[in-house]
Amino acid sequence: MPLFFPGAFFIMQQQELIPHLFRIEFRKIVAVLVKHFGIGHIEMAEDIAGETFLAAMETWPYKGIPENPVAWLYTVAKNKTKNQLQRNQLFEGKIQPWLKHDANAVLLPEIDLSEKNITDSTLQMLFAVCHPSISAEAQITLSLRVLCGFGIDEIATAFLTNKETINKRLSRAKEKLRQEKIAMEFPSEKEINTRSATVLTTLYLLYSEGYYSESRDPVLREDLCLEAMRLTLLLIKNEVTNRPQVNALYALMCFHSSRFAARKSNSAGMIMYHEQDETLWDQQLIATGAYHLQLASTGTILSKYHLEASIAWWHTNKTDSKEKWDNILHLYNHLLQIAYSPVAALNRTFAFSKVHGNAAGIVEAEQLHLNNNPFYFTLLGELYKGIDNKKAISHFENAYLLAKTATDKQIIQKQMAEL
Amino acid sequence: MEEFALIMRHEDGGKVASPEQIQQWMKQTMDWIGSIAAQNKFVSGTGLPFADAKVVTAKNAEPVVTNGPFGDIKETIGGLIIVKAASVEEAVEFAKGCPVLQGEGNSVEVRKVAKNDGVH
Repeated sequence: MPLFFPGAFFIMQQQELIPHLFRIEFRKIVAVLVKHFGIGHIEMAEDIAGETFLAAMETWPYKGIPENPVAWLYTVAKNKTKNQLQRNQLFEGKIQPWLKHDANAVLLPEIDLSEKNITDSTLQMLFAVCHPSISAEAQITLSLRVLCGFGIDEIATAFLTNKETINKRLSRAKEKLRQEKIAMEFPSEKEINTRSATVLTTLYLLYSEGYYSESRDPVLREDLCLEAMRLTLLLIKNEVTNRPQVNALYALMCFHSSRFAARKSNSAGMIMYHEQDETLWDQQLIATGAYHLQLASTGTILSKYHLEASIAWWHTNKTDSKEKWDNILHLYNHLLQIAYSPVAALNRTFAFSKVHGNAAGIVEAEQLHLNNNPFYFTLLGELYKGIDNKKAISHFENAYLLAKTATDKQIIQKQMAEL
Repeated sequence: MEEFALIMRHEDGGKVASPEQIQQWMKQTMDWIGSIAAQNKFVSGTGLPFADAKVVTAKNAEPVVTNGPFGDIKETIGGLIIVKAASVEEAVEFAKGCPVLQGEGNSVEVRKVAKNDGVH
């Protein structure tokens, strides 16, 4: 509906302002406060940020949204921090003795909510959260909460679990951070490569969680991916952490994300790659991905992200060609040598059949023995199509029995119906 | 699961192949290794380029250095990979797929890798 009066846009903005603002400002405030007080005090930081938004909810609807909402929030957050400190043991132990010395001066530490300190704090927290001593699952959950500002219920939805589970996971992870006394700082030059590797793994998993999530909420799924991309881009924008692998990972994310619009369907399911309308692929994102893949082509480390991004680049062109599949097979051959995964093994075998034909592909596939993997049988079913349809059906039936989700079962049924 | 080295030997490493042929062999070798890696049985591997190759031979208790593995010695090692296998038979099955065997007289030697467990 077109809106003609000048105030309308502002009203719309006002209505959308709070949820949008919460997520972004929550993570910023938390990052800065954690930087200030140390990683052991994540909960206090979350509480202060939470109370700040509660204050906004109590005030703004009645008095109107302040002219500069962000500045308002920061002022309130700073005041709440001061109040908290005054109640806090931290205050008693460290600051009070000093204050007694000069009782008139209220010298509380300044909370620095400048853009630069927010970015630095966020990056340092990213490294702290992705510490090798914390399990990958806990790292992702914690990242979603404190680095992305997701609500507990949103995280629970994304992981298809309940709030209690997420809360438990979060408190265990925070306890671990406290115990390990992990510092909020950039890793040293010496450590940067190994520590970055853990961070990249977490961002990769965070992205995959969004991209392949079984959650029915497509907006939430995309948000997860966009958050993973935002954090990856933070690493790229910082001189110390801007490594070729980071650019390769970012390129990979861009190539995948370019298909968001094309894979959305009206029903609950998702449109598979080969059925997508490629005019819906986001060419801008593909170009951005290609640019970062170019940037990644320096140095001597050829990471799995380089190989996966290169494979994804070949898939940004849907047209089949010998060159395309030759290259994809070559890249999978290489990828499997440095990072085996059943998915890569299956994809490699599919590429192999594209280059050498289905009969040769079947020989390769039957050596994989991934007998618990539904996609193993889907692949065999596909390869046997036209060669031995009976066998193809029996493989699809196996796949159907092993498939874990309704979406997967639907796809398998469709493949069977084509026979 | 044991580890086995598959050592590829060429009957005549001095034989010069066409660039086309070399490229073909290279692709086949990569597919062969990719196939083993897809079964999660690949450990490591390396090619051994002929460029800058030297042979140090004992002659009258003195080391004598000659250029390349060619000349007197006809058979050369082209490369090796290390694979995981439940038995030597399984490792032999991997070896059978090695593209080096397309050349008459070439061979793949299968050798168990000693474990660092104080027994071997």
